[in-house]
Amino acid sequence: MMDHLKLTALLAPMASLLLATAAQAATTLETVKERGRLICGASQGTPGFGAPDGDGYWRGLDVETCRAVAVAVLGDKDAVDFVPLSGQQRIPALQTGEIDVLPRTLTWTLQRDANGINFTQPNYFEYTGFMMPKSLGIAKVEDMAGASVCVQTGSTTEVVVNDVSTKHQLDLQPVVFDNTSAARQAFFSGRCDALITDAGALASVRASMAKNPDDYIIFPATPYVDALTPAVRQGDDQWLDIVRWSIQALIAAENFGITQANAEEMLQSEDPRIARFLGTDPGNGTALGLKDDFAYQIIKALGNYGEMFDRNVGEHSPLKLERGYNALYKDGGLMFPLAFQ
Amino acid sequence: MLRTLWYSSRLRGWTAQIALLGGLACLLWWIGGNTIDNLAERGIRTGFGFLTRPARFPISETVVAYTPSDSFLWAYVVGVANTIWLSVITIGLATAGGLALALARLSAHPMLSRLAAAYVTVFRNIPLIVQLLFCYGVATSVFPAPRLALNPLPGVFLSLRGVYAPALTLGQGAGWVFALSALLAAAFALTARRWPANVPTAWRVTGASGLWVLASIVVWWLAGRPIGLESPVLTGLNFRGGSYLSPEFTAIIIGLSLYTAAFAGEIIRGGIEAVGKGQWEGGRALGLTERQIMFKVILPQALRIIVPPMTSQYLSTVKNTTLAVAVGYPELGLIVNTVINQTGQALESIMIMLGVFLTISLSVSLLMNWFNARIALVER
Repeated sequence: MMDHLKLTALLAPMASLLLATAAQAATTLETVKERGRLICGASQGTPGFGAPDGDGYWRGLDVETCRAVAVAVLGDKDAVDFVPLSGQQRIPALQTGEIDVLPRTLTWTLQRDANGINFTQPNYFEYTGFMMPKSLGIAKVEDMAGASVCVQTGSTTEVVVNDVSTKHQLDLQPVVFDNTSAARQAFFSGRCDALITDAGALASVRASMAKNPDDYIIFPATPYVDALTPAVRQGDDQWLDIVRWSIQALIAAENFGITQANAEEMLQSEDPRIARFLGTDPGNGTALGLKDDFAYQIIKALGNYGEMFDRNVGEHSPLKLERGYNALYKDGGLMFPLAFQ
Repeated sequence: MLRTLWYSSRLRGWTAQIALLGGLACLLWWIGGNTIDNLAERGIRTGFGFLTRPARFPISETVVAYTPSDSFLWAYVVGVANTIWLSVITIGLATAGGLALALARLSAHPMLSRLAAAYVTVFRNIPLIVQLLFCYGVATSVFPAPRLALNPLPGVFLSLRGVYAPALTLGQGAGWVFALSALLAAAFALTARRWPANVPTAWRVTGASGLWVLASIVVWWLAGRPIGLESPVLTGLNFRGGSYLSPEFTAIIIGLSLYTAAFAGEIIRGGIEAVGKGQWEGGRALGLTERQIMFKVILPQALRIIVPPMTSQYLSTVKNTTLAVAVGYPELGLIVNTVINQTGQALESIMIMLGVFLTISLSVSLLMNWFNARIALVER
């Protein structure tokens, strides 16, 4: 019955494929403005990245990425509705127009890019990792021979399990669940030796579900880093640009040293780049179909990328993740601001 | 002329039919064309070309051989095989369990019949998904970790990873040993019939089977012991070798069978009770025992009543196997979900799933209808 519900959830957007007529030619920007709300795909509960808090208010890095877009388009960080989606629902939901943006720990892959969605700007870089109980005494992939691994469908990790197993001849035994929480529960009940998913999500699971987080170790499954990237539908280039530059604004602000606290002060800045960025020297926003001060509004409402990171997954959060790959390029990370001009 | 045509009910009937059919065809045409337009507009790639590409994702347990380098098409076949395997075992167990339940409920023993009634009440009134999750919860919480596995019999290990038991290993010449042993069985069975008439049947059976076992062991020894037992061994994190029953499979089989048995039991009981009391009385008058009456007189007649509702019960069982995704058993539904995610080709995948379930269900229906026709009362 649960599954039937899920199938219905998959089929409902499909029905819109069958029946929708070509009349809806409005752009995503027009649709969102007319609706007055932005609709974002969200996770089914990954604290730090996207989950409602005790009061039902959505928090997390992905969630705030979406709020940044809402500020840029609608001028209000709370003008967003979040639709929790499972791994396999998320892409059809975006393609069929159920949601406007999909920031949900989604890895940028060629197959996804080629098959109907477009990626905007990575908001989180990380490796795929294994989490194991420390009591098993294993701390690297090569020692995992014969381990059973809890995997959730709807992710790139199923393929990673197979790649790792083949590469190191480990004979890993995957146990595949179609539901995120089922995979996590099976791991903590001891059904599997290891749980595989993005390292950030593993840290989130460890902080929120483990009885004693120190009993578990997380280590990389592959030497490769993935870019988790919010995606939009194909065929609306303006919307792609809006989402991309809204996320870019967060990164660029950190690079300029603009924070939520000093944003107003920075409006007086003499630096022509900063003036263009904040919109005191107009032109950028209107080119995207937004207000010229959209970047200023984003920073005023949410702070820059660094502040967002610390608040949700970094040192001021239970996850305590290092900036690592997600530091600015000048601090040795991969976050690179593009030119706002 | 026109007037007669206008009032011809036959012609009007036909016109209405044709108009309806035409309308339906137009609607389907419109939906089809519209879908293609919408898919193209949204940049969604369509077609079944992806089926030949390698699937690359693992499947935790399979009835037919599978490696991640096989194609998406083969992954579907694996899913269909798992679904059928699951359905067949569940239907078998649930039917046997249902018969036992029905007989228990009809028995004169008050304790037995009330227990059976309580069973039916409990299992019919709890949602299946809850029962499955409960079974899986039990399977993954009451047993110890593999390193502390329970070892009730030599070579049998119970742990959170499931049940590991010794497996038969077949070496060169194993087939010959089996064939010879079968021949020996036939030979001993035939000679046992020719033993003197005063030897009781029980003796014949024990004697002949004892001799057969001894002779088979001799054959196995002479052939160079080609058949062996391989016990699972704990190496590293898990057991290797032997045969294996996963907690996922166990949970879905037990959960689904217990649930379906409750329904099957009620259908069978209904069938038995619908056979007239006169049949029992007739049987007793002929001097048949109660058991003989039940199995030779009542049940064959009850079958006619049982088969049609049982068919729909079997059909819903086949469809219920899709709930196995909840406990992580890779039946067709789970594989379809994974394929959709890997390829993004939701429409095609769902269409394949619809086609497969329709085929399985229609086959079950046809088989049961044939069986129903065979056992129907031949009226002369």
